[in-house]
Amino acid sequence: MFKLWSTILKDMRILTRDRLGLVFMFVMPIVLAVVITAVQNSTFEMLNTNTVPMLICNRDTGEAGKQMQTAIEKVGMFSLKQVTPNVTDKEISERMHAKDAVIAIIIPADFTQKLKLTADATAKKALKNFGMQAAGTAITNDSSQVQPITLLYHPVLQESFRHSINGALRSALQVVQNKEVLKSLYFALNETALPDSLEKDLINSQVAIVEIPVSRDGSRNIPNASQHNVPAWTVFAMFFIVISLGGSVVREKLNGSFVRLKTLPTNYLVALISKQLSYLFITFIQATVVFSMGIWLFPSMGLPKLNLPADITGVVIVTLICGWCAVSYAIMIGVFAKTQEQANGIGAVSIVLMAAVGGLLVPSFAMPESFQFVMKLSPLHWCLEAYYGLFLEGGKLKDVILNIIPLLGITFAIQLITLIGLKRKNLI
Amino acid sequence: MSNAAVRINDLGFTYPRQSASCFTNLNLEVQEGERFGLFGPNGAGKTTLMNCMTGLLRFSEGSIQLLGHEITHHKKAINKLFGFVPQDFSFYQELSPAENLAFFGAWSGLQKAEIKNKTTELLEVLGLTEVRNKKVEQFSGGMKRRVNLAIGVIHNPRILFLDEPTVGVDVHTRHAIINYLKKLNEDGTTLIYTSHQLSEAEDLCNKVALIDDGKIIAHDTLNQLLIDHKEDGLEGLFINLTGKSYRNT
Repeated sequence: MFKLWSTILKDMRILTRDRLGLVFMFVMPIVLAVVITAVQNSTFEMLNTNTVPMLICNRDTGEAGKQMQTAIEKVGMFSLKQVTPNVTDKEISERMHAKDAVIAIIIPADFTQKLKLTADATAKKALKNFGMQAAGTAITNDSSQVQPITLLYHPVLQESFRHSINGALRSALQVVQNKEVLKSLYFALNETALPDSLEKDLINSQVAIVEIPVSRDGSRNIPNASQHNVPAWTVFAMFFIVISLGGSVVREKLNGSFVRLKTLPTNYLVALISKQLSYLFITFIQATVVFSMGIWLFPSMGLPKLNLPADITGVVIVTLICGWCAVSYAIMIGVFAKTQEQANGIGAVSIVLMAAVGGLLVPSFAMPESFQFVMKLSPLHWCLEAYYGLFLEGGKLKDVILNIIPLLGITFAIQLITLIGLKRKNLI
Repeated sequence: MSNAAVRINDLGFTYPRQSASCFTNLNLEVQEGERFGLFGPNGAGKTTLMNCMTGLLRFSEGSIQLLGHEITHHKKAINKLFGFVPQDFSFYQELSPAENLAFFGAWSGLQKAEIKNKTTELLEVLGLTEVRNKKVEQFSGGMKRRVNLAIGVIHNPRILFLDEPTVGVDVHTRHAIINYLKKLNEDGTTLIYTSHQLSEAEDLCNKVALIDDGKIIAHDTLNQLLIDHKEDGLEGLFINLTGKSYRNT
């Protein structure tokens, strides 16, 4: 025990004297958590609270064009900037290049007329199916003649965001189209125009959607950007300890101290256990610092507050297991690397790759089928899943046990590979 | 029980992925209490032989006994019997001499009180008391050599292996180190030493062996070897036995 304590003392002394290493270990996760949370939070706000600037050029002189414009306004996602109908497409593009707006919509000149024709045709088809063909009318298919609404978008707009905009516009267009079909149907049946009150009732009788996060503890707190990012980037930072620890193992191997250790009556496993305990402590402090910042500092920076899960014991245990896995991985890299440059390069690149396939950069559910198996080999995936189980789903330790078991399995495998490596290199 | 500090019988060793053997049937005996010098040209096999004796390299044939114990058995227990002062600075430069001694003392099997006493004694003898709490990375080469030596002897080993312990130091430090080694030997520690400083070796060693191309080509007291080969110094003896050509290994 005295040997272990002396070794821990030695490791901690070396660690605390490496100021650059300490900065890297503590400042890096804080910067990552703040920057990524801020960036993602602004994206959330852009989608949910802020509006996207949109140029609208309504070349249609009829009702449908106006209704389309009103429907877009009602979406609430856009701040509309009106463009006169005689402005050319090229001029609109130039305004977008000048960052006047990131999207523009052009409603074609005969939009109302063509839409009415399409609506009439649809209504007649429907009546014919009911066996109630309107008198003196032949069914024409004019829908193919409707000019499309043009959506211009700036190339900086990300695909997912473009899809959201497209969906919102489609929903606005659907409202206008449905209204026209209803009007045509009503006229064909009653030979009078659809009353305003009925039109409003029919259009506004949409079924509401209630959003409920599926939490294990029954709470209805909507997860914010901090809940997503702080645990994710804490895991990333824990594994990035490979730069300090992997390098330390290589340094010890390359400088003479390792040679001397091998000639002393103590097994090198003591050194490995000491490194694991010392750096496990560091990873735990890393997590504590980043979580504390999420709770107390983020709100003062205008970022959403990190809400700790109810099961604090669960968070502590998951943090320790994630930290142990990160430390084991760093030691393995250190044992197999021949130079410090190798340890740093392989360590950093492998962590970024494992983070990418593990779901830190792209949500795991969005991972392609072919990557699902690889994803399960990444320890960062299981760390993240365990944290998300606690932070996002409001689960308890027992709820994330199925994430902890594979994580422990990977950790034991890493330890075994390390021991085999040490044995093969005659280091133990 | 033999009074041999080191007994090597029919040692065979080949580095992995190399076809040529370093040693074949090498035999050597060093008696307890000797100040034994192992010399040879670059690449002759001095460091490899020392690494085999200290268990750093696993040999394939023959046996090595330290104080009658096979080093391949109970390796860690045997490690208590000897100390090793490698040519490289084998300690943590980020730590002070006292902190290094505390750590290596614990790994050598000493208890806290023993480490404390031995640290005070060694730092005093080797002139490092004033800098006991300064980081070793700030030290001169000579001071680092003394720290290197102090760590190797903290547990009072019965055999001390020294691989060029005075390389790159000034005359004062060399003198201090050699005197300290003589004192250790007087107190009963067997010294096994390699160096290219032949004048220093003449001063320190009472028994020498010359190794070349993996073979012991001479082994006796220094005086006897000088008489046998009609030389008046170790350098002349060295040239006489190993030739004048360059060694590119």
